[in-house]
Amino acid sequence: MIYFLQQTLNALQLGSIYALIALGYTMVYGILLMINFAHGDLFMVGAFLAFALATFLGWSFVPTLLAAMIALAVLGVVIERLAYKPLRHAPKMSAVITALGVGIFLEHLMLAFNPYPRHMPELMPVHIWTFGQFSISSLQVLIIGLSVSLMVVLDWVVMKTKLGLAMRAISWNIKIVPLMGVPVNRVISATFAMGAALGAAAGTLYSMAYPVIDPYMGVMVGWKAFIAAVIGGIGNIRGAVLGGFILAGVEIGVAAVLPTTFRDFISFGLLLILLVVRPHGLLGKPRVEKI
Amino acid sequence: MHLLKAEHVTHRFGGLCAVSDFNLRLEPGELVGLIGPNGAGKTTVFNLMTGVYEASQGSIEFEGEELVGQSPSEIHALGMARTFQNIRLFKKMTVLDNVRLARYAKLGYNPIEALFHIGRFRSEEKKILAHARELLELFDLAGHLGELAENLPYGLQRKLEIVRALASNPRILLLDEPAAGMNPAEIGHLMAFIQKIRKDFGLTIVLIEHQMRLVMGICERLVVLDFGATIAEGLPRDIQSHPKVLEAYLGEETPG
Amino acid sequence: MNMRWTIGVGLLAGFGLCWAIPHYEWLDPYVQLVLMYLGINIILTASLNLVNGYMGEFSVGHAGFMAVGAYVASILTVLVFPEEGSAYYFPLAIMGGGLGAAATGLIVSIPSFRARGDYLAIVTLAFNMIVKSVLENLEVVGGPRGFMGMEQLTTLPWVYVWVVITIWILRNLVYSKYGRGMAAIREDEIVCDLCGVHTRRVKISAFLVSAFFAGVAGGLYAHLLQFINPRMFDILKSTEVLIMLYLGGMASLGGSMIGATIYTVVMEVLRAQGGFRMVLMPLLLIFLMLFRPRGIFGLKEFSWLIPWRDLLLMRQLRTRKEVPRASAEG
Repeated sequence: MIYFLQQTLNALQLGSIYALIALGYTMVYGILLMINFAHGDLFMVGAFLAFALATFLGWSFVPTLLAAMIALAVLGVVIERLAYKPLRHAPKMSAVITALGVGIFLEHLMLAFNPYPRHMPELMPVHIWTFGQFSISSLQVLIIGLSVSLMVVLDWVVMKTKLGLAMRAISWNIKIVPLMGVPVNRVISATFAMGAALGAAAGTLYSMAYPVIDPYMGVMVGWKAFIAAVIGGIGNIRGAVLGGFILAGVEIGVAAVLPTTFRDFISFGLLLILLVVRPHGLLGKPRVEKI
Repeated sequence: MHLLKAEHVTHRFGGLCAVSDFNLRLEPGELVGLIGPNGAGKTTVFNLMTGVYEASQGSIEFEGEELVGQSPSEIHALGMARTFQNIRLFKKMTVLDNVRLARYAKLGYNPIEALFHIGRFRSEEKKILAHARELLELFDLAGHLGELAENLPYGLQRKLEIVRALASNPRILLLDEPAAGMNPAEIGHLMAFIQKIRKDFGLTIVLIEHQMRLVMGICERLVVLDFGATIAEGLPRDIQSHPKVLEAYLGEETPG
Repeated sequence: MNMRWTIGVGLLAGFGLCWAIPHYEWLDPYVQLVLMYLGINIILTASLNLVNGYMGEFSVGHAGFMAVGAYVASILTVLVFPEEGSAYYFPLAIMGGGLGAAATGLIVSIPSFRARGDYLAIVTLAFNMIVKSVLENLEVVGGPRGFMGMEQLTTLPWVYVWVVITIWILRNLVYSKYGRGMAAIREDEIVCDLCGVHTRRVKISAFLVSAFFAGVAGGLYAHLLQFINPRMFDILKSTEVLIMLYLGGMASLGGSMIGATIYTVVMEVLRAQGGFRMVLMPLLLIFLMLFRPRGIFGLKEFSWLIPWRDLLLMRQLRTRKEVPRASAEG
């Protein structure tokens, strides 16, 4: 029972990070119907930025996190403006391939400067509370608490604000919305900024929890988060969060009973079965084509 | 024996009843118009007949064979072809390939013969090429044969869609608003064109149309739909003065 | 008919050249190696083009099929076929690798009946990951450490022969009713179904053939490197094939040849840049996409790949169109 609780806690921690990254995928997809394959690498850049601020400038947690989020928001917008915006009316696949290219570019640019894995310094003292055999660290509380608050804020932005209304409208029909006076370009940039900032938050938190970082870390975590977004129904914000926690739960669960080499096998197998049964994810709705 | 017999066809989307108790009988060689206000369920009827949707209730028989439950490609093979309200050509395929594709099921060679271009592949492809060429020449599209369908002017795209439907030698042709976007002179040509293909290809035609001039000019019989139900059926001149039809189009007359 | 002779002579001359280069050592062994990689890349790119370009799906797990082909072919040459005369069994091993990959292609085609676009992309991605994960857990083939013991049976003439077979078969399929069905599925699947196409059968054939040649490429790759491990066939390898494909252009075998060639050559030229090679390469790709979003040769084709009967007809009628017609219909 204690073991189960402990693993649940681990799953919640990993799931929060997956969910934060998955949100970035799902927001961009929801609005542009484009898979931003570079998003996992933005997460990686976020982690490295946090590392640099903490190591070379000795910043503490809060300024590091905020600076990383702001910097990544800017980077996200720059990438969108330079690489994706010119392709908005080109075939969908060219934007996807460009995104793949941006991802490889970011990975190897980082690799050129950091050929070896780096060790993240501690950003804040970590307390561990123990209740009998069950233990919980202040870091875990921070990761889960902060992620959930960010998700709640995002949900509020999308569902309750004017910006969120514009985002939802664009996702519904990008051709008509500009006719209603919505500044589409600005809304899209805001979407990328928010997604990238969440990725940076995930990168910072991830590197605090699993403190060895390397330029390829975004590939696998990015694909996993993407899968989480798909499980929940890509384009659906609450679905991305749900998918993140489900995927993390499955991974931790599998790792608890089987050798770790089976982890990917089982989680991807489950994904396949889910997609055959519900091709549009758990909360996604199929796009009905009218004839 | 009726060529096509639709009885008590009903279709629901969730709670919405798009078509309710629709009945239609087609005699060979007829030209029937399906009219009704926007949203009356006309295109849904076409979708039910061609297998895009499966009717919730009722039966559609094509020469005694039940269509409900069959896939679109199976129904197509029986001899039913259609066009679409918004032109739906294969845009990035050539005009020639658009036509050849429609004879997919009529090409009798297997994958192995296709992989090596051997056996029946050669003779069958030769035949289909000749057929496609003949058809395109007949409709004055042969000069555009190597162009991508999306590069044709609008009028020719409409025409190509009909040619594609004819390519499979259908018995029944369903035309969904063929006159959409045409000016009066073009509509005149279209009316002659429809009459001509009906005669030359021995077709039975059902068409959905809002252009009353076309409907009244060439249809032998009209079926009027409103809110998914048949409200009137008969000769064009009777339909014109049918009280229920006037009501559906113009709204109920308020007393006083 | 003239063109067919030219093509035949050209193909024979190509084979002669590929035989003579290693035999008389006309080229540096390193250049020969690059040429063989180029051939393998062409096979990979052209076979992926069938599913992604012609049929318009988005398969991102091509390296998974390649892995199956590489392992099956390697097991055949190392463990199954007798040691003496291994060169004679080599084509059989490659065929075996291709068939093994085709069998997995059949499995992947099933979800494609319902899922499309991005969702199918996930299915193929998951497939790629699962293949890698299964291989890592199979101790018989060395698990994560990999599998070795293959002789270097892949030679320049063999690569050439397989490239020619691949392009020929793919071209035959593309210019058949199945190929037209694939293009129609790409353009409008519902209408394609309404035009009488058995879309499932077409999808299966596309995945089968595409996977088969990916498996062939894997077999050749394994017998060139003489060592394989699961990590070689991960998502990065699939990405590489995708880049070659979109560089060259969709729905064009000529494009695949061009894309694979440019990518392979540029990567070799950039080798001198060391760590910055993989920084420059994606930048080139991004610039290409910005200025030519359809790839270099998208939807175009070398005329010698088009069936001559189609070509002839188009030429005939194009010339006729230029003559003004006396009795044009009003």
